[in-house]
Amino acid sequence: MAEISTEVLVVGAGPAGVAAAVCAERAGARALVADMQAEPGGQIWRGQWNNATNRDAARWLGALASSPAATLFGARLVALPRAGHALFDTSRGAVHVRYERAVIATGARELLLPFPGWTLPGVFGAGGLQVLAKNGWPVAGKRVVVAGSGPLLLAAADTLRARGARVALVAEQCSRGALAAFGARLARTPRKLAQAAGLFARLAGVPYRTNAWVVRVEDDGTSRRALVRVGAHERRIDCDLVAVGYGLVPNLDVAAGFGCDVAGGRVVVDGHQHTSVPGVYCAGEGTGIGGVDQALAQGEIAGYAAAGRAERAAGALARRDAAARFGALLARTFALRDELRDLAADDTLLCRCENVAFGDAAACAEAREARLMTRLGMGHCQGRVCGAAAQWLFGWNAGTPRPPFAPVRIDKLDFSAYSPSDGV
Amino acid sequence: MSATIAIRIDGRDVRVAAGISVAAAIAQAGVVATRRDVAGEPRAACCGMGVCFECRVRVDGEEALGCMARVAPGMEIVTDG
Ligand SMILES: Cc1cc2nc3c(=O)[nH]c(=O)nc-3n(C[C@H](O)[C@H](O)[C@H](O)COP(=O)(O)OP(=O)(O)OC[C@H]3O[C@@H](n4cnc5c(N)ncnc54)[C@H](O)[C@@H]3O)c2cc1C
Ligand code: FES
Repeated sequence: MAEISTEVLVVGAGPAGVAAAVCAERAGARALVADMQAEPGGQIWRGQWNNATNRDAARWLGALASSPAATLFGARLVALPRAGHALFDTSRGAVHVRYERAVIATGARELLLPFPGWTLPGVFGAGGLQVLAKNGWPVAGKRVVVAGSGPLLLAAADTLRARGARVALVAEQCSRGALAAFGARLARTPRKLAQAAGLFARLAGVPYRTNAWVVRVEDDGTSRRALVRVGAHERRIDCDLVAVGYGLVPNLDVAAGFGCDVAGGRVVVDGHQHTSVPGVYCAGEGTGIGGVDQALAQGEIAGYAAAGRAERAAGALARRDAAARFGALLARTFALRDELRDLAADDTLLCRCENVAFGDAAACAEAREARLMTRLGMGHCQGRVCGAAAQWLFGWNAGTPRPPFAPVRIDKLDFSAYSPSDGV
Repeated sequence: MSATIAIRIDGRDVRVAAGISVAAAIAQAGVVATRRDVAGEPRAACCGMGVCFECRVRVDGEEALGCMARVAPGMEIVTDG
């Protein structure tokens, strides 16, 4: 098994992790940044590695490339056998990393809610289809319905259109009033307003509806329709692909594996991004959804702090606080409507891995009972999809996956190769 | 045009653009499902980001997530669809 030592281990190479690794090195610490993706950039800068057009992406990805920070891509953190030791699963076998301090920057995932038809091939998350398309998934000429909630719908529609898809509709579940209030508040942040205006301009001609959501997707083998509720009406839209995402939820599995306190669905941190575990920091969406500006500011702070030079992050503090206010505004604006709890029929699958029907899960009192009685959340994804859904649908505390954080071959977890002096 | 590479998907030789994901290559080859669920229904990539595990396939004999893995020359991809 390959072994690497580093001072600061950064888990996740999205904006937060890239900023953390770069700043830790700037402050004189040796850093290693690892990500399960094949390249840095996280969800937003995916595919920008070679031709970064976005200014922030060019700046930070360039800084990482020219920094002495070590990188480990295609590597998923699967176990934390004890403090100071992390185990990564890679296609070339397991890699054992010894670290002194760690920055968790594992980002967020989309909230996917069940509705009839959501397990059909060609039905995706909204950001899901966006990132698949960025990595070459064929969408040219396809008719796509984009739905769910939040600014990601616009970003996804923009990417899809740029790749030749015909976006038939963007259905935003929030009300027109909530969106108008959001726009008015954005006016106080000219940069964000300009971004939003730019997106809307590029999407001219794409129908965008508020008070709208996908009720179900029907497929008879030759043609496909999305049934979309728009205000008081239901519309049938012929389409090839459907992309539905209800906003983002923080990934907490790695933080929980480190033993960090989690409250209200986010990792608890202090003013220096320090978690409840000594020497372990968290930056980016794990501390609460706030977007790329928050991820960058928190990453800088965490990187400097993990290198023992917290004072060098002073300039990022105000940016972080402004970004946090934007995050709170997002959460208020795109709060999900109750009607979405009624989309799934009793026989709609809730757990995609173990084929647990919504009705069978709903008959249980809480998550543990559902796990024992129905195997909800016991499959390959370890409840990352259905757990987050059940949390929103039923208010269950679904818990987080425990190590190993992904189904791995047992030989990858074999610690017998270590000498006792490793203390493993 | 970007460079293309030769790979095999379910025993079929195909050429795809270098640098795309395994999941994208499978979709480009017209293979709709990456796996079947216990009821025999087809499933395919959904989250695009290593979360849902719907895109899992075998790459050169090892289980891998199609959305996370990138194509490489000579790669042998086997789906369960
Ligand atoms: C699907 C999707 C698409 C998005 N598209 C856009 C967009 O177009 N525009 C926009 O403004 N915002 C977009 N966002 C929001 C954007 O992700 C955030 O604003 C920002 O990227 C957060 O940065 P981050 O560094 O906190 O997390 P991320 O960018 O999510 O980075 C986290 C990284 O951690 C890695 N990781 C997670 N767990 C592990 C593990 N166990 N082992 C190894 N690596 C791990 C992931 O692979 C990922 O690369 C998108 C979000 C999602 C989920
Ligand atoms: S598409 Fe969900 S894990 Fe690959």
